[in-house]
Amino acid sequence: MASLEIKGVKKRFGTQEILKGIDISVDAGEFLVLVGPSGCGKSTLLNMIAGLDTVSEGDIVVAGNRVNDLHPSERDIAMVFQSYALYPNMSVEQNIAFSMEMRKVPKPEREAAVRDVAKILQLEHLLKRRPSQLSGGQRQRVAMGRALVRKPKIFLFDEPLSNLDAQLRVDMRTEIKKLHQRLGTTIVYVTHDQIEAMTLATRIAVMRGGELQQLGTPAELYNRPANTFVAGFMGSPRMNLAPAQLVGAGDNLSLEIQLGERPKARIPLPPQPEPLRAYAGKPVIAGLRAEAISYGSKANGAGNSLQRKVEAQVEVIEPTGPDTLVVLDLGGYEFTARLDPDLTLKPGDRAEFNVDLAKLVCFDPGTERLIA
Amino acid sequence: MATSYTEMPAAPATPGFGARLQQLLPKLVLSPTVLITLFFVYGFIVWTTYLSFTKSRGYPVHELVGWLQYSRVWAQPRWHVAIHNLAVFGALYVTICLFLGLLLAILLDQRIRQEGTVRAIFLYPMAISFIVTGTAWKWMLNPGLGLEKLVRDWGWTDFTFDWIVNEDMAIYTVVIAGVWQASGFVMAMFLAGLRGIDQDIIKAASIDGATMPRIYWRIILPQLRPVFLSSLVILAHLAIKSYDLVVALTGGGPGYATDLPSTFMYAHTFTRNQLGMGAASAVMMLLTVAAIMVPFLYSEVRGPRTATE
Amino acid sequence: MAQHRDTPHLAQRKGFPWSRVVIYGLLGFFGLIYLLPLIVMILTSLKPLPEIYAGSMIALPQHWTVEPWIDAWERSCVGLNCNGIKGYFWNSTKMTVLAVVISTGIGLLNGYVLTKWKFKGANLLFGLILFGCFIPFQIVLIPMAHLLGKMGIASSTTGLVFVHVVYGLCFTTLYARNYYMAFPDELVRAAMIDGARFFSIFWRILLPNSAPIIIVTVIWQFTNIWNDFLFGASFSTGESAPMTVALNNLVNSSTGERPYNVHMAAAMIAALPTLLVYIFGGRYFVRGLMAGSVKG
Repeated sequence: MASLEIKGVKKRFGTQEILKGIDISVDAGEFLVLVGPSGCGKSTLLNMIAGLDTVSEGDIVVAGNRVNDLHPSERDIAMVFQSYALYPNMSVEQNIAFSMEMRKVPKPEREAAVRDVAKILQLEHLLKRRPSQLSGGQRQRVAMGRALVRKPKIFLFDEPLSNLDAQLRVDMRTEIKKLHQRLGTTIVYVTHDQIEAMTLATRIAVMRGGELQQLGTPAELYNRPANTFVAGFMGSPRMNLAPAQLVGAGDNLSLEIQLGERPKARIPLPPQPEPLRAYAGKPVIAGLRAEAISYGSKANGAGNSLQRKVEAQVEVIEPTGPDTLVVLDLGGYEFTARLDPDLTLKPGDRAEFNVDLAKLVCFDPGTERLIA
Repeated sequence: MATSYTEMPAAPATPGFGARLQQLLPKLVLSPTVLITLFFVYGFIVWTTYLSFTKSRGYPVHELVGWLQYSRVWAQPRWHVAIHNLAVFGALYVTICLFLGLLLAILLDQRIRQEGTVRAIFLYPMAISFIVTGTAWKWMLNPGLGLEKLVRDWGWTDFTFDWIVNEDMAIYTVVIAGVWQASGFVMAMFLAGLRGIDQDIIKAASIDGATMPRIYWRIILPQLRPVFLSSLVILAHLAIKSYDLVVALTGGGPGYATDLPSTFMYAHTFTRNQLGMGAASAVMMLLTVAAIMVPFLYSEVRGPRTATE
Repeated sequence: MAQHRDTPHLAQRKGFPWSRVVIYGLLGFFGLIYLLPLIVMILTSLKPLPEIYAGSMIALPQHWTVEPWIDAWERSCVGLNCNGIKGYFWNSTKMTVLAVVISTGIGLLNGYVLTKWKFKGANLLFGLILFGCFIPFQIVLIPMAHLLGKMGIASSTTGLVFVHVVYGLCFTTLYARNYYMAFPDELVRAAMIDGARFFSIFWRILLPNSAPIIIVTVIWQFTNIWNDFLFGASFSTGESAPMTVALNNLVNSSTGERPYNVHMAAAMIAALPTLLVYIFGGRYFVRGLMAGSVKG
């Protein structure tokens, strides 16, 4: 049985439709990440799961029970907020125990539960402190402890790491992942950071403008994005997208990329599956990840039958340490390539680059959807 | 970051009376105040306005007489004195308070030592009742015993300062006492405004070669416009409501030379048994206040937010 | 509280700091003028009567005496009673304390509802309530006098408490609403998920973190209600009058040789509570002033 089902959920505010019909099914133990740009509706959806926002249409089902009309405290969920939302006038101990107090759980039981949770999160020495005396990372753990102690069916996280600095964010990300692996509870996690999504999720739901763009595993979203938005949103640096003309026919298709009067770039393609063949002679939007482009003898998968060569001009060199990101002028369009850190090319050089077409994806220029 | 869409949650699991009650609770809690306001503010305004159209004298009489009471009020020389006084007093009070308040705020903004104490000295008059204030100033302005005597004792034997018993000048004593009371408040407002100004703009102007007075005139003062406006409205509002001060300082006298609409209203309502006239004068006071407050509130609520919000 | 940051200051050249002299000079001058009434009141209240007539108003007493204070408290004549002002002082105390507590409490709840339990029309209702702060109270005097008479609390402390609560609600609601607007919504939501309902949230989460606004509201209400004269003069007579009314009667109804020192002493006694509150709660007083005038 699915742990959480979101069925045809819509949210209207006045005449504005904020969520336009969301369908997601989450299995027990899954880590679902809702990701998307600001205003896409991910936080609204999370609030509706929690019961902090009403559902205009559709159902929210937790462990088989329809919870639309239930008070948040009766839905068997717990939530961790972006600002942690720790009660400033209470100690860590009291913060964690608050929900039990509200349910009139007797004191000894409460204390035992708090101790257990404190042990898991290494908060034992902080129990008597006030939130104002804690560091950001400690507050985050207390917030998780407060959620943990309720033993909920579903954990909800609302951008919990946004308030932390970069290094701490990475550390806490790992903590959350470890916690998930250890406890195996279902998690619904909202973030605008696609890296968090990729590293934490078992499945990701990309949202935009109140609509679900794609629901799938990180690998699916990365390698076979459903549309150009998902392609551009997931992954850093972004997937290279450029309008191209698909010339030729049958097994001899090529991509021709040319902007205005710039030198044309031509990439012959290995035999392609049927959906793409139907576009012969028509324009498409070609998508290539930065790591699909390589240079020199140390090129990725040298000798790979899916490799082709194409000429391009170097525009900008950005060494990052582990790689060098190079912005290329390919047929007039900018392509970012992830190349070897010891690269000797300079801006202005024209050279031949290898393109690994195994992971090429093409999109229909009109619908922006993936051509399977 | 506040989501404007968050509503408060749905009903709890157990349906029935308890659940409905929880949902209604916020409205129930607010309702006494709403009802009180509706009755005691709006209802009373309507009641008083109604009375102003009746023949009431010593007690309410339900006989409508149109604008009679209003014309009777306007027929009184005393009312004309009161209106005139309000204009003079109001204009001077507001202007001097604004000027003095701004001056003091600028002075205080100059990184003074013991700023807190100095500020407290200018602000304490606001903490005291106008009756106490009036009593103190009445004493100080007393020709035979106060300031006049003091200056004479110092050698200027011809010095006269008998404004308070002088029909033509008495209203100015009210101005003096009033300014003393309220300018500290204006100072506090301006000080907060000054402190809210982006320092980078001033630094940039300094680098561009502007002198301090120029910077004040061209950059800082214009940015204080909202504070000017708020202070002006509040001062005007205070001026119209002034009652305690006049009662304690001059009692409306000599004669009724320092009468204001507020004292006029009180006298006719409680002492002279002219409820209709009292009501009429109260309605006119309300209209004057509304004429100032309504546009101001409207622009505050609708207008663009300032950079600090 | 003073923030010493880089304020624009009048140019300081090397050498004798003339600008500083001017600034301190002006401030000193004005400061003295502002303090003058207070000084005069205190000095006059500590002098025997002959000295007042003989000397100048700012002269220090030659014979210090607290008789005027005792006189004022115990024996001064307000109207027909010559039992001093102590009774009226207690009237004011009772009235003010009760009115402050009740209006503040209701105001806090109102602010909570208006900010954390938004419903349709909440803003409109707030506007309606807020308007009450700005009306000239002359407009309600006649109906209120009538009503108090009908309710049988015409000339009593209860009547005054009632009036002050009714017309104080707009301020207390305004203050609480502005404060709670800035109170993190997420705390309320977290409490909701934890199972807290309407009153639990208020009692356990909001109230314990409301000290600043409670102090501001109490100080503001205390000052305004204690210092009020209009309502006191309109709705109370004789025994039930508050301090301000009594003081006014005392000062204005003396015949013959006026005991100015007693008058000043009485004025000081009347001013003392709010003055003390001001001295000890200074910055909260300022916050109250500002909060009431800067629209949220």
